[in-house]
Amino acid sequence: MAGFDVVRDRRQIRRRISLTGQFAALDAAQTGEENLRMIARLAGLPRAAARRRAAELLDQFELTDAGRRRVGTYSGGMRRRLDLAASLAGHPSVIFLDEPTTGLDPQSRLTTWRAIAGLAASGVTVFLTTQYLEEADRLVGQIAVLDGGLVVAVGRAAELKRRVAAQRLDLTCPTPAAFGQVSQILAGRAVHLDPAALTVGVATDGSAAQVRSVLDETDPGRDLVASFAVRGATLDDVFFALTGYNQEVTHV
Amino acid sequence: MSDALTMARPSMTLPTMTLPTMTGRSLRLSLRSPDALLTALLLPVMLMVVFVYLFGGAVAIGTSYVEYVVPGVLLLCAVTGAATTAVTVCQDMAGGIVDRFRSLDVPGTALLAGHVTASLVRNVVSTVLVAAVAVGLGFRPHSDPARLAAAFGLLLLFVAAVSWLAAAFGLAVSAPEAANGVMFFLMFLCYASSAFVPVRTMPWWLRGFARHQPATPVTETLRALLAGQPGAQPWGTALWVALAWCGGILAVSVVLSMALFRRRTA
Repeated sequence: MAGFDVVRDRRQIRRRISLTGQFAALDAAQTGEENLRMIARLAGLPRAAARRRAAELLDQFELTDAGRRRVGTYSGGMRRRLDLAASLAGHPSVIFLDEPTTGLDPQSRLTTWRAIAGLAASGVTVFLTTQYLEEADRLVGQIAVLDGGLVVAVGRAAELKRRVAAQRLDLTCPTPAAFGQVSQILAGRAVHLDPAALTVGVATDGSAAQVRSVLDETDPGRDLVASFAVRGATLDDVFFALTGYNQEVTHV
Repeated sequence: MSDALTMARPSMTLPTMTLPTMTGRSLRLSLRSPDALLTALLLPVMLMVVFVYLFGGAVAIGTSYVEYVVPGVLLLCAVTGAATTAVTVCQDMAGGIVDRFRSLDVPGTALLAGHVTASLVRNVVSTVLVAAVAVGLGFRPHSDPARLAAAFGLLLLFVAAVSWLAAAFGLAVSAPEAANGVMFFLMFLCYASSAFVPVRTMPWWLRGFARHQPATPVTETLRALLAGQPGAQPWGTALWVALAWCGGILAVSVVLSMALFRRRTA
């Protein structure tokens, strides 16, 4: 990792990685600025450089105004941002982020996403786990899908989508009864079920022949499907197709 | 990128490099909990008043009680101050901050030594305060600067020893509330010693314990160094016994807390 042997060069590696868990690892009784300065010092920066780094990070995470307040007074979103900032204090070359935006308000999430994208662009390797597939789609290069602790698929977002199917065929039923029947016929193949909208989605290559055969198979009496639509697959589809359950996604 | 990284990082993280930062942190945290700080400063002063004015009249030792009790109150002040180390260490272990320190490769020794050093600084302040109050209450040390310095040094060694002991206790228990219990144990050691009443006034079954536990030789030595008070053993012996106790507690506590720290963070 980062050019070092994981066992032999443990200390070197510790100095190059940074971990951010789901719970903020900060001192609530210190101010945001003090926390960052302390962590920068511990990461090996000289006093003046640590002060500069703290100011820089507060600015990057839009926390400059809150920097002089104790972390105990911060909102959840601010704490998470400061925690992420703290992980960056020592210029790590590999960063592990465990669900960095879980429970964040939209504003904090955007700030965090921007920071992560900026990091990745600057050459830092970011390892992140998330339950939000939108986040994975937006930020991530290499994706690994985990199901019950096992990696069930690895690839770029586009590759994974293609693997399952480039597109999704959504069948909308006229009645809940029809929805029940259709979802039963497609049981095991459906990648999307929306009882409220009475919609069942299956993977498709988008060809007329395949769409026709799915329609013929599910609706031989021509009364179970009211309308259909073909759309580009999302990572959610990939995920459900690969796991069938709501599990965690990891990506690199 | 990797060149910049190598430049920004030193080749090794040593406790000596992280200790000032960790001590600064512990001191800042002490200052940020004013209630705990106030308790640590006011409790010894109140105890001094209680012993001199409330119990002092009932204790007949053939000399003014304030002369007798000041070393004891200094000791009590030291243990109440040192005991907060258990709480702060326990809080650190319960929160996520210890993971942060580990990911930064901060040695466990630096984290704990930071708390102990902060405890020493706090105790210097409270000792000076208690000594000033004692002088106000009529305590007059019959001593010289060298002996005063020796008394102060011994007290600091005692504080370092019980602070490390408290740190080990803080690592052994899971809740900060429980960590506070170490204070009562340490206070009992002070009460069941020659700190407040001569050992000969105690019931026979307590005398053996009182004579052979750390608080008694430390008190006797302080007393001898400060005033050469009656009740003191030939003080040379007491000094060596006191130093042996403090050194022993210190060594065992440091080793124990390192082992506990490794187990807690494994």
